[in-house]
Amino acid sequence: MFDAFARVLAFGVLGLNPASRSGAAVHFFIMDVAKLFVLLVVVIYVMGLLRALVAPERVREFVRGRPDWQARGLAVSLGAVTPFCSCSSVPLFIGFVEAGIPLGITFSFLIASPMINEVAAVILVGVLGWKLAALYVLAGLVVAWFGGMVMQRFRPERWVEDYVWKIRVGEAALPTPDRSFAGRHGYALSEVREIVGRIWKWVLIGIGVGALFHGFVPAAWVSEHLGGDSWYTVPAAVILGIPLYSNATGVIPVAEAMLGKGVAVGTTLALMMSVAALSLPEMLILRKVIQWQALALFAAVLATAFTLVGWGFNAIV
Amino acid sequence: MKHIKVLGSGCRNCEITANVIGQAAQEAGIEVEIEKVTDIAEIMAYGVMSTPGVVVDGKLVHAGGIPAPDQARAWVRD
Repeated sequence: MFDAFARVLAFGVLGLNPASRSGAAVHFFIMDVAKLFVLLVVVIYVMGLLRALVAPERVREFVRGRPDWQARGLAVSLGAVTPFCSCSSVPLFIGFVEAGIPLGITFSFLIASPMINEVAAVILVGVLGWKLAALYVLAGLVVAWFGGMVMQRFRPERWVEDYVWKIRVGEAALPTPDRSFAGRHGYALSEVREIVGRIWKWVLIGIGVGALFHGFVPAAWVSEHLGGDSWYTVPAAVILGIPLYSNATGVIPVAEAMLGKGVAVGTTLALMMSVAALSLPEMLILRKVIQWQALALFAAVLATAFTLVGWGFNAIV
Repeated sequence: MKHIKVLGSGCRNCEITANVIGQAAQEAGIEVEIEKVTDIAEIMAYGVMSTPGVVVDGKLVHAGGIPAPDQARAWVRD
């Protein structure tokens, strides 16, 4: 449906040649803009209607005071189902610390949160199919689980800024939500406005990059350099992804274009994770609560994990 | 006079929230005092983790996102 629409617009209305590079790029761009934004709005609206989005204030109530494996499981899955803005990272971190939740579990949450969310997961299914979506989500959960465990080994408590330990968190007496249909509808609309308003730039940039890749990078060059035979493409993809930052939804069109040209699955997944979960702005925000040593360790643990995931999938698929 | 606090560590959404409330007050012709709270310890003392949050006369009424104009109107009025 979106393909047909984009064909009409790109080749009919704009009169571009389907065989030309710019024609292919423009077609990809129009198709993905239509597809992704329709999906985004529908998915966020439905989630909002079901009130499926968990408020961060609730997260630590769920996690606190449980045995480690339960707490970690909850932290990872709640991180995965909550599309928090990275500006909530600091308050969440402090809230976790104050509740006495071990730092390793907090890190598990911080890894899962930007990398996986239910909106991105549904869009992944829509764009890349359920198999790849499942691979991405599964790999993300595993990395979050073990990444936090490895962090714990290094006793990161010594790198937490002093003032964090002193903060006392009040009991949030949040107003009870309106349960009527009108209330749900209003909430769902405001969620759509808020989330789409926050991430549309990343999605557009991602589609732009994907379109350029799709139109202008020759498949022969890709299969020669990024086909998955050489060991260094995965770490290279991870390193490339560190300075680059996008929202988890924004990297989907890039992955779509890469896979379409024959880039190996593991390499693509590694890049996606690195772009979504490892970013300079996120690090700078977390710097307010932990020192550089912990951030460097965090980045190193994640980069290693993504590389292993990439190699693993390249070896299997 | 009402005292309204906007809780948030200075992200763009907090600015917008303060503006939405300011505008609602202006339209209603009610004078309110809007204070932006950026100190993380004070924000957390209200139990808020998803910013921006809104506190009216010491009571938390909203957290986690830009409020709708309707909500802002209700806060300045009653």
